[in-house]
Amino acid sequence: METLKIKTEAPKKKQSKIRISGAEAIIHCLLAEGVDLLYGYPGGAIMPVYDELYKFQDKLTHILTRHEQGATHAAQGYARVTGKVGVAMATSGPGATNLVTGLADAQIDSTPLVCITGQVPRHLLGSDAFQETDIIGISTPVTKWNVQITKASEIPEAIAKAFYIARSGRPGPVLVDITKNAQFDEFDFSYEKCTGVRSYNPYPKPDIGAIEAAADLINHAKKPYIVWGQGVILGQAEEQLKALVEKAGIPAAWTIMGASALATSHPLNVGMVGMHGNYGPNLLTNECDLLIAIGMRFDDRVTGSLDTYAKQAKVIHFEIDPAEIHKNVHADVAVLGNSKDTLDLLLPLINENQHKAWHQVFQEKYQIEFDTVIKNDIHPTKDGLTMGEVIEEINLASENKAVIVSDVGQHQMIACRYAKFNQSKSNITSGGLGTMGFALPAAIGAKMGAMDREVVAIIGDGGYQMTIQELGIIFQHQVPVKIVVLNNDHLGMVRQWQELFFEKRYASTVMVNPDFVKIAEGYHIQAKRVSERKDLKATIQEMMASDKPYFLEVKVEKEDNVFPMIPSGASVSDIRLK
Amino acid sequence: MKKAWFTISVYSENNVGLLNRISGIFLKRHINIESLNVSKSEIDGVSKFTIVTYTTEDWSRKIVRQIEKQIEVIKAFYHTDEETIFQESALFKIASNLLFDERQIQNIIKENHSEIVTVARDFFVISKTGRRSEVDKMYDELKPFGIMQFVRSGRISVTKDVMEITALLNGFHEEA
Repeated sequence: METLKIKTEAPKKKQSKIRISGAEAIIHCLLAEGVDLLYGYPGGAIMPVYDELYKFQDKLTHILTRHEQGATHAAQGYARVTGKVGVAMATSGPGATNLVTGLADAQIDSTPLVCITGQVPRHLLGSDAFQETDIIGISTPVTKWNVQITKASEIPEAIAKAFYIARSGRPGPVLVDITKNAQFDEFDFSYEKCTGVRSYNPYPKPDIGAIEAAADLINHAKKPYIVWGQGVILGQAEEQLKALVEKAGIPAAWTIMGASALATSHPLNVGMVGMHGNYGPNLLTNECDLLIAIGMRFDDRVTGSLDTYAKQAKVIHFEIDPAEIHKNVHADVAVLGNSKDTLDLLLPLINENQHKAWHQVFQEKYQIEFDTVIKNDIHPTKDGLTMGEVIEEINLASENKAVIVSDVGQHQMIACRYAKFNQSKSNITSGGLGTMGFALPAAIGAKMGAMDREVVAIIGDGGYQMTIQELGIIFQHQVPVKIVVLNNDHLGMVRQWQELFFEKRYASTVMVNPDFVKIAEGYHIQAKRVSERKDLKATIQEMMASDKPYFLEVKVEKEDNVFPMIPSGASVSDIRLK
Repeated sequence: MKKAWFTISVYSENNVGLLNRISGIFLKRHINIESLNVSKSEIDGVSKFTIVTYTTEDWSRKIVRQIEKQIEVIKAFYHTDEETIFQESALFKIASNLLFDERQIQNIIKENHSEIVTVARDFFVISKTGRRSEVDKMYDELKPFGIMQFVRSGRISVTKDVMEITALLNGFHEEA
């Protein structure tokens, strides 16, 4: 590890050196990075650090999750709602391997995370020691960066670099693995924040030529169309996006990760793209003459078949990560850089415009979708409850102000389709990895990161049982999250595919569920079940009015499907309304 | 798109885990690494990976971008065979008696512009440097006589054009 080279600012206010243990140094590093909350689970190889956490508990709150995976998702929820780096900690071996799903989720969804794992003492490395696992090898493909530390003196530089890398550029998860001897050993501690790594260029300098070319295409387009992603949120470019949309009069749609960057109610916000996105935004991708992609990566769930994706259109790609340019879709103009910087440079070059006739086409398509799908989803006339009407009631009761944390599956698609947002960083979901079990711990992290906001977790009966044990945190710390389980007694999305593509062979998708209300009550959480429409509104209002944790199970129709739908591998033009 | 041989050059920090990260990028895309060489580069403290693949230019470009994305990678390039000067090295271990009994062996050594590195009582070692096809030709010629051991190195290469990286790296070097 002699190669840890950190370019730091001139050491003007260099901390005086104090002789402390590696474990205590870790705490000081976290405090220096502004961390006041972390999630984790103790064990043999990380015990010296927990001993220091005990001493520093007035400055640094550690939340004991009930599983290490919960620690990563809670840290993710915290990071996504605050924009800060989430921190998770675990011991070696199984503690470390239990972090892997969260790391992979944070990697694909660009969430800044620093995970610290304990490791067996240096002299036991490679000996198949108790609870030894090669977490560096295991986590390499799912981390932005990782490093193993075997000497106490290496800790400050490594942690400084970890935070810098996690939060800068396209954010991502970093893992720092620290052997137990390095936690015990004493050294002369001082801390300097990392301000650069010579081999790493987090913010490519915007190319003015590319921005001018983009402006020229936008100014001359007849049917321009914006699709934005999470890059707008991560780059804090919400105002710039709004200004561009309004100045140039361009209809704009969002990927699931970009949701809430522009208010749902904005007249030029035309909805969601993707497999279960809105009808017009998908269909019209293949009718626009200019596709302006901002901070999105053309995921296959967004594009469907690439052979038939926006072939008629010129494409402008605003993107911070050079590896994304031309990866899936060829960009006629690629604008590298942080979305806020590039849009700031673009805006003065854009002519004021309106594309009323073109925008009208989106509204016509919306009307078709409303009549065939949306109306029945949110104002159903049949007896059984729909997921859509539950989301609509939450919108009403929360006045569109809640942070919605969704899990993965049908309820996620419904939540993202129908939840209304008037504030950025309000839609927290596992987009890229599709991690069932994400929502409950992520909602806990989100609530702890934004105590002034209402946080509602929308979870299916399948995913809920993957991390249900985190109810323990809610109970222990009285975290006032609202948990809504939309129970259809099935793994709904898989069942939907079985119905549509596997001739209704429902292999292992029928769930035999426990009494969820009793389980919540076992954790002393107020809990209710709603099975009939007449009770829905009042119960949701009661839930939202509560200042305590609240669990609500809604028994919904067992075999409802989510539409529209672009079948896997089909063209966005082949979107089905039923 | 047509497949061809591409040489991928990676300038990086000398880091323990980096090879794992880079090989993972190939693994994920099912692209075979045909040869790999890691050495120091013309810049002090900077390592150079030379990786040979048989794939399309499009994939080479994408892989290079993914490699460059790794924190400790300073810069990565891909080049076609025409754009580089490249060689491999090989060692042949042959039973000593053959050198005296089989006159043809001496001709093979001479004609292939190879050299004898060492001669011991029981064996001698021939070294051959050149293109893959030249090494293969010599291998085929020696094979009938019996090869006790054979090993070939990964490709090493330099580009015909000036690498823009050199100035960039020199800049880093002066800063460091």
